[in-house]
Amino acid sequence: MREITYLEAVREAMTQIMRENPDVYIMGEDIGVYGGAFGVTRGMVEEFGPERVRDTPISEAALAGAAVGSALTGMRPIVEIQFSDFITIAADQLVNQAAKIRYMYGGKGKVPMVVRTPGGSGTGAAAQHSQSLEAWMAHIPGLKVVQPSTAYDAKGLLRAAVEDDNPVIFYEHKLLYRTKGHVPEEPYTIPLGQADIKRPGKDVTVVATSIMVHKALEAAKILEQEGIDAEVVDPRTLVPLDEETIVNSVKKTGRLVVVHEAVKRGGFGGEIASLVAESEAFDYLDAPIQRLGGLPVPIPCNPELERRVVPQVEDIVAAVKKTIVKR
Amino acid sequence: MAKEIREIKAIIERLNLTPERLLALYRQMWVIRYFDEKVDECFAKGLIHGTTHLAVGQEATAAGACAVLEERDKITSTHRGHGHCIAKGADTGRMMAELFGRETGYCKGKGGSMHIADVEKGNLGANGIVGGGIPIAVGSALTSKMKGLGYVTISFFGDGATNEGAFHESLNMASIWKLPVVFFCENNQYGMSGSVKKMTNVEKLSIRAVAYGMPGVTIDGNDIFEVMDATDEAVKRARAGEGPTFIEAVTYRYKGHSKSDAKKYRTREEEMEWRNNFDPIDRFSRRLIELGCADNAKLEELRQSALEEIEAAVKFAEESPQPSFDTVLEDVYA
Repeated sequence: MREITYLEAVREAMTQIMRENPDVYIMGEDIGVYGGAFGVTRGMVEEFGPERVRDTPISEAALAGAAVGSALTGMRPIVEIQFSDFITIAADQLVNQAAKIRYMYGGKGKVPMVVRTPGGSGTGAAAQHSQSLEAWMAHIPGLKVVQPSTAYDAKGLLRAAVEDDNPVIFYEHKLLYRTKGHVPEEPYTIPLGQADIKRPGKDVTVVATSIMVHKALEAAKILEQEGIDAEVVDPRTLVPLDEETIVNSVKKTGRLVVVHEAVKRGGFGGEIASLVAESEAFDYLDAPIQRLGGLPVPIPCNPELERRVVPQVEDIVAAVKKTIVKR
Repeated sequence: MAKEIREIKAIIERLNLTPERLLALYRQMWVIRYFDEKVDECFAKGLIHGTTHLAVGQEATAAGACAVLEERDKITSTHRGHGHCIAKGADTGRMMAELFGRETGYCKGKGGSMHIADVEKGNLGANGIVGGGIPIAVGSALTSKMKGLGYVTISFFGDGATNEGAFHESLNMASIWKLPVVFFCENNQYGMSGSVKKMTNVEKLSIRAVAYGMPGVTIDGNDIFEVMDATDEAVKRARAGEGPTFIEAVTYRYKGHSKSDAKKYRTREEEMEWRNNFDPIDRFSRRLIELGCADNAKLEELRQSALEEIEAAVKFAEESPQPSFDTVLEDVYA
């Protein structure tokens, strides 16, 4: 199978669905001839024209709100928020409007929209362009939250997100844009709410999201040399969350490490740890759950400081060993 | 300045308003007023849970603006939105049931006063966030333009919303894309307690339209003819693909901001001045007689019929069942 990048997979998903469905369009800042801040939409305005690849003013509130209004009246907009940090500026429309409209209106009306937005650190963009705030969105009933870690997942999940009748926040990771993977050319969907076991193992479960999936896989290779067989579970979507796959994995391995890039305090890892602690898997635990996340600081610019405030491969290796030592 | 009768006649001719249509609007204004007065009364009796915002005194804006719309046109409304809802064709029984939190309400008792919507009838919803509906109206207009549907969206909001970022972003966006939307500001002169005179430093809010390259007009929002005339022009402009218009309709809310308002920020004299001299229903009734559309007896009959409708609405609400807790998790997701 051919290999394409994560970025190309996102673009291909959008391109294919826009060819099929005239109600789907994309709107955002600098997504036209510029091709988007990261180049995700490059070439799309040439194919679909400026009506459907719609450059907007720097107006995140109106951009998000216009998507809500057009979704409510029959379109299926994809919004690109240039950096996920800027969701703060669009927050009213996502949190108070998009997420709640269906419920507030007694089930009449729906808001089928996707907010695609790059998150995460590692580019030196510092505190206002590097955050991982997905737990905020996952906290809001009415929103769905997706975090693809591979090119294959990105393509299939984005199609599912666009086909979904609810507002979906789709977090892409900047450092994953250039990573390559096998991706079928034909369209396909990966249902929202279906975790993926990225590496089967029997000794310890590592639940990792987004870029941390790759760090967990690297850690698993190192651990393998030491005779520790780690299972890496990628939830892929935080809302809805595939609780069953996580619980079953922990029942099998008896150990759990949770890792995400977002600040550990209040991060989604707490949700996954509690889910396991509250489930039947609790009785199978042979060691305390280990939770890894970013330090409680804004992301610094200096590359070494930036690297060290979020979990790295060696941190995951160490956390896994802690669960083994406690045997 | 009150318009002269010949100007009114010219509007009637321009908008092709029959006496029947005018009398229906007159009745509708009473329905809007009685709805809110009845809500006030039911609140005082403890029959309604939550909060509510009443638009008594502002009936001409809702009725007048929606009067020039077609069935397919859409609106977004505000926290003070019962009038818009009624003017866009909502059933007052189901509205009242919603305020009573009943299963038969527009939102099955889950939305309450601030979230009544009737998407199929083109009412995209009231809104609890000041200015929250403005970008949504822009999006609705975008659908109309992209799909060539030809409908127009009116976004209602208050003077307070014109200080929100979403207002400014939305006007700009609608203007650059020439979207079929009308930004209809009901300037009732207070954003909760904040007087528009203290909270803005422009003589007229309509001046703000200049910044976005669209026409802006300030009108007498308590004169239904003036409201219909200005809105009709804006709607026609929007429908013709010429882009948005900003209308500032100056009006006054007789009641406080919400149920717990002691109204310390304004005088009782000011309130009486508006009630006695500028009441929109009173002014409309005098015009109707002047125009020979009706006599006092006919107008009285219409007022009475409006009151009966609202009494029936309250009865319907009171007799409607409470929603079952079993439904509480329904409709979070489609």
